[in-house]
Amino acid sequence: MSAPEALRIEGLHKAFGDLEVLRGIDLVVADHEVVCLIGASGSGKSTLLRCINLLEPIQAGRIVIEGQDVTERGVDVNQVRRRIGIVFQSFNLFPHMNVLRNVTLAPQQVLGRSREQATEEARVLLERFGLLDKAEEFPDRLSGGQQQRVAIARALAMNPDLLLLDEITSALDPVLVAEVLDAIRELAATGMTMVIATHEMGFARDVASRVCFLDDGRILEEGAPAQMFSEPTEPRTREFLDRIIAAGRM
Amino acid sequence: MTGHVPGQPGLPPGDRRSKILSGGEPGARSVQIAVASTVIFFTVVAVLVVNSPGWAAIKQAFFERDVLRESVPEIVRAFGKNVFIFMTAEAIVLVWALFLAVLRSLPGPVFAPLRLLAIGYTDLFRGLPTILVISLLGFGMPALQLQGLPTSEFFWAIIALSLVYSAYVTEVYRAGIESVHPSQIAAARSLGLGRWQAMRFVVLPQAVRRVMPPLLNDFIGLQKDSALVSVLGVVEGLQTANILTQRAFNFSPFVALALVYLVITIPQTRFVDWLVERDRRRRQAGSTV
Repeated sequence: MSAPEALRIEGLHKAFGDLEVLRGIDLVVADHEVVCLIGASGSGKSTLLRCINLLEPIQAGRIVIEGQDVTERGVDVNQVRRRIGIVFQSFNLFPHMNVLRNVTLAPQQVLGRSREQATEEARVLLERFGLLDKAEEFPDRLSGGQQQRVAIARALAMNPDLLLLDEITSALDPVLVAEVLDAIRELAATGMTMVIATHEMGFARDVASRVCFLDDGRILEEGAPAQMFSEPTEPRTREFLDRIIAAGRM
Repeated sequence: MTGHVPGQPGLPPGDRRSKILSGGEPGARSVQIAVASTVIFFTVVAVLVVNSPGWAAIKQAFFERDVLRESVPEIVRAFGKNVFIFMTAEAIVLVWALFLAVLRSLPGPVFAPLRLLAIGYTDLFRGLPTILVISLLGFGMPALQLQGLPTSEFFWAIIALSLVYSAYVTEVYRAGIESVHPSQIAAARSLGLGRWQAMRFVVLPQAVRRVMPPLLNDFIGLQKDSALVSVLGVVEGLQTANILTQRAFNFSPFVALALVYLVITIPQTRFVDWLVERDRRRRQAGSTV
């Protein structure tokens, strides 16, 4: 690994009470890399992303972002989070604010941008995702695909070093999935470092520089998408992919 | 207020379904029936009441025209004091109850004493009769003659009402705060907003909007309870009606005061009903998205 590291995870353990969800995750993501996490529901993909963003306290292990250990005591979590964007499965837009305000809130309140500057930057982002005409609309007036693109714009408005995507198309109608995935493809092309939990195997094969198969709280196998999808070495990976193919998702 | 349509009782389940499918609008015919039955019903009631043997006595005791005409202006003037009392108390309650609710919603073991304090507060003031708190503060505090504290019973009456109603409104706010889904807080925090910023920009605006109807309900209660201040001898609406009643040997001033109360409370209850209905429609529209 010669490229600088965006993210390094060592021996990450996470449990909800007695339920161990992550049992020793090791993962290194280089700058500009796109890592896709695949695996059955409950394998720990979402939990891993939430841990990286410090939304979940962890039991053991280290998370290092751009060289800074963010799991040390006394780390300012707000400082860390403003460098990491996350987009959720259920969008989680703020329903009482219009699209523009959803995007400008954090830059204004966290980064101290002026209203004019935040609005200007937000408009550029919304334009990029084809949402400029929706700037004054409230989230509940938008389709799921539009809402999710607003959520992506909202995360990008903070200019993050790392973007985490948590099954962002799982709550969408099939016809709306493409417009969101296209937005992510475009982001990948610009060199955004991303960790993506997804069930869209075709998309993962296209966009990922590396694919990690999570099974029972561990990364069981990782590799280039071509290798992972055509000749996985672990029987469990093969079994999972066979089931996905049988379900017509690939 | 249920959604029951007058004049359409007892539809069998099959018919009900077809009503829903056709938009649930009552037809012109059922409106006619509803109007006719209402007119007939109230005419019959009015005739029965007016012709009952005791009506003349009741009319004279409660609805004496001259006494009503004389007492209304005086009562309205005195009622200005009630308006001042409940408006001031409402302003205090809005802020103080919100503060207590936020205190109670603070997470983490460090804030345990503050949470306990807020819980103790609501337990105490929800457990006491309002008139008792008004008497305690209104008679007690001025009698102490403490340095720097006002001795006006009027002042302490407002404080007492604010303290009691803040306990109720705190619970209302808290319900609103807890009704905001944790994923909203996660979204706010993930953008780098601090705990307080997430509360201020994301949680509270949504919470307050949702609890507007119960909040207004509590305010209507507070407006009515402003009459309790009369126990302290403050010459407000009720006290004035009392004086006028004794002067005229007639209860019509009480009726006049009752009318004044209804004039201000009924529009508000209608407004609350309208808010609740609008919320319900919004939620239903939202759930189909």
